[in-house]
Amino acid sequence: MSELEIQATVSARRPPRSRPTAVEMGSAVLAVLLVTAAIAPRLLAPGDPLAIDPTAAFGSPSLAHWFGTDESGRDIYTRVVDGARDSLLIGLAATVIGLGLGVVLGTIAGTLGARVDFTVNRFLEVLFAFPGLLLALLFILVIGPGPGTAIVAVGLSTAPGYARIIRAQLLRVRSSAFVEAATVQGLSRGRILTRHILPNTLAPLVVLGTLGVGQAIVWAAALSYLGLGAQPPAAEWGAMLSAGRTYITSAWWMSFFPGLFIVLTAVCATSLGRSVERRMRHA
Amino acid sequence: MAEALTRVPLRFVARRLGGAVFVLWAVATLTFFAVRLIPGDPAEAILGGPGSQTSPEALAAVRAEYGLDQPVFVQYLSQLGRLATGDLGRSYALNMDVGALVLSQLGGTLLLAVLSLAVAWLFALLLATWSTGRGRLARQIGSGLEIIAAALPHFWLATTLIVVFSVWWGVLPPISTADARGLVLPVLTLAIPLAGFLGQVMRESLVAALESPFVLSARARGESERGVLWRHALRHAALPAISLSGWAFGSLISGAVIVETIFARPGLGRSLLNAVTVRDVPVVIGVVMVVALVYILMTILTDVASRLADPRTASIRTGAGG
Repeated sequence: MSELEIQATVSARRPPRSRPTAVEMGSAVLAVLLVTAAIAPRLLAPGDPLAIDPTAAFGSPSLAHWFGTDESGRDIYTRVVDGARDSLLIGLAATVIGLGLGVVLGTIAGTLGARVDFTVNRFLEVLFAFPGLLLALLFILVIGPGPGTAIVAVGLSTAPGYARIIRAQLLRVRSSAFVEAATVQGLSRGRILTRHILPNTLAPLVVLGTLGVGQAIVWAAALSYLGLGAQPPAAEWGAMLSAGRTYITSAWWMSFFPGLFIVLTAVCATSLGRSVERRMRHA
Repeated sequence: MAEALTRVPLRFVARRLGGAVFVLWAVATLTFFAVRLIPGDPAEAILGGPGSQTSPEALAAVRAEYGLDQPVFVQYLSQLGRLATGDLGRSYALNMDVGALVLSQLGGTLLLAVLSLAVAWLFALLLATWSTGRGRLARQIGSGLEIIAAALPHFWLATTLIVVFSVWWGVLPPISTADARGLVLPVLTLAIPLAGFLGQVMRESLVAALESPFVLSARARGESERGVLWRHALRHAALPAISLSGWAFGSLISGAVIVETIFARPGLGRSLLNAVTVRDVPVVIGVVMVVALVYILMTILTDVASRLADPRTASIRTGAGG
């Protein structure tokens, strides 16, 4: 009984702004490092990511080569740092495309009346029938593989999910008391939409976007890995993993480290998105 | 159980099946017109791509054989007619019926997906029940493990598992074999990230359930902590995870594209990837249609299951007691 009471009071009295947890601090540091690597890779890795040294091929991780070397003796640490820009940009671009399409579809469904809402919902239902990467694969079948296609394909596959969330949020905001108050005050429908409904609907986009970047990076890397996105000479992480696949039994570090950074980036984005969400909810 | 079965909402199922027919029609239409956007002559693609030297007579023969000389609308209707009778057409690259190809590959993928779903449920359940009610540290460990697991991409997890279990320890085959041992790594690859997702949802609702009044009254009746958890709270906590299982099944089939490719395991996913790579249009359409069908049936099934597990959803939607 007493434990139950304590639980209840703790959840009721949780302070609105808690101190950052260890995970949040770690994610923030990692995010700064990743952005630095993307903007100024030479700061973190002064070497040349394409420098070939056949005498040092397939070197395991050592002091000279922290993450080892690949089949041409290129330093994998330098290549991972160098690949941050492409990998992050692909993830960001795909998220922007997905969110953009989602906002357009969700707003159309949520504002233009019941008939439009019904139509858009049926359309989304059809898109939902292509689970996961299937929509992306269909898109690649039509357009042909390549880095640009992969970005749009990932954006397209994530758009229906965003559209559904945005529509639900729009409907929730539209039926809230402050919108009712604005209506009673005699504000025009357009003004209510742009000044009251949309700002409150779009605020959670920050969270959605942060959470989405991690997933978009993973999906884009998956397409590169399958040979449908960025191609192997590029230092993009998925392409590096794909190149390392041939040597998996002899040189595990060639696929391990690029993949590790995909995971770290995804975890970092998820944890940052979650903490922003938590803070927004309690603010 | 017999009582539960009489509660199966037949009208609900019928309405959902009607919706499924509509979605399948729309998927077929969407893919038909999307495929027409592919640049190049489909007859040339059938005969081996734009690079191959094909005679005009051969092209004309192929156009007549595949009905490509008909107006678009006629082609569309005849494709719909064929799909309705279960005829998925003929592969450009493999010289076999797509229907036969899909049937031969479907079983392996379904087995993989169902096993992975079951293992993911088991992991999620164990982690959620272990990490709840054991204090802050256990909660943080549980939630940390779930976030990391959910972020693991299939392609990286698979290569890491291969390195550890096949290359270093040599206990499991790196390539999927016909026996059960060959299934372990592919199933783990698909199950671990999914367990992360399901675990997050399950623990959140488990915590909520443990704070709700019915748990308080169970405790007041003198129910043990274990009894409260397993007999009362868990049933509620499982609900959102049950309704997520339809979505989960879809993501498993999508993950099968990667897992089957890495482990060289025959299945729908690998056939789909091969077909996309060589632009074997009928195979892509056939696999996509079948996956959509299976996926829609799975979502209907999970919706029925969550209605059976939670009668409240039925009464809310229809306005009458289920």
